Amino acid sequence: MKNRLKVLRAEYDMTQADLANRLDVSRQTVNAIEKGKFDPSLPLAFKISNLFKLPIEKIFEEEML
Amino acid sequence: MKDTIGNKQVIRATKILAVWTFLWVGSMALGTFGPKFIWNENTTLTIIGVIINAIFGAGMIFANIRHLNSLDELQRKIQVEAMGVALGVGVVGGLTYSMLDTTNLMEGDAEISIVVILISITYAITLAIGQIRYK
Repeated sequence: MKNRLKVLRAEYDMTQADLANRLDVSRQTVNAIEKGKFDPSLPLAFKISNLFKLPIEKIFEEEML
Repeated sequence: MKDTIGNKQVIRATKILAVWTFLWVGSMALGTFGPKFIWNENTTLTIIGVIINAIFGAGMIFANIRHLNSLDELQRKIQVEAMGVALGVGVVGGLTYSMLDTTNLMEGDAEISIVVILISITYAITLAIGQIRYK
């Protein structure tokens, strides 16, 4: 799944550690999500959505095969 | 990295798990070598040693569950994958090893410690691979 997490984080001037602290996850998890290596659970996706005040579909995009 | 409430919980749960693991390993050594080297085959003391070891083992299991619950979802995924592979390798490898013994294809008796070592090494390697994969 593709996502705009890195771009949004830059817009909000946050480091990966800052975002990890806000989401209560490890920096490794934020990094893995940004790189598309790990898809977050629905609760975490909602947390991200609430933090950036955007609907989930504006942050995450399904990769079509 | 800043210490969040979540991080503190992970550190605390890891320390508690380490203490229970240490107690379990220590009581295992005591229960194994105590009868011969400390209490001269006294049955009552041996039974107490075995019971204490089982209690510490149960404590370690609960500490491990608590540790898993303290992790975030990616860390938990890495742990569960490592445990799954270790369990699979342990069952398959253990039964193959046992078959080698029962069919007399190997010299000597199969030792449970070999299976424990196999599971431990597999878990450690798979955990390291998971950490690198999601780095």
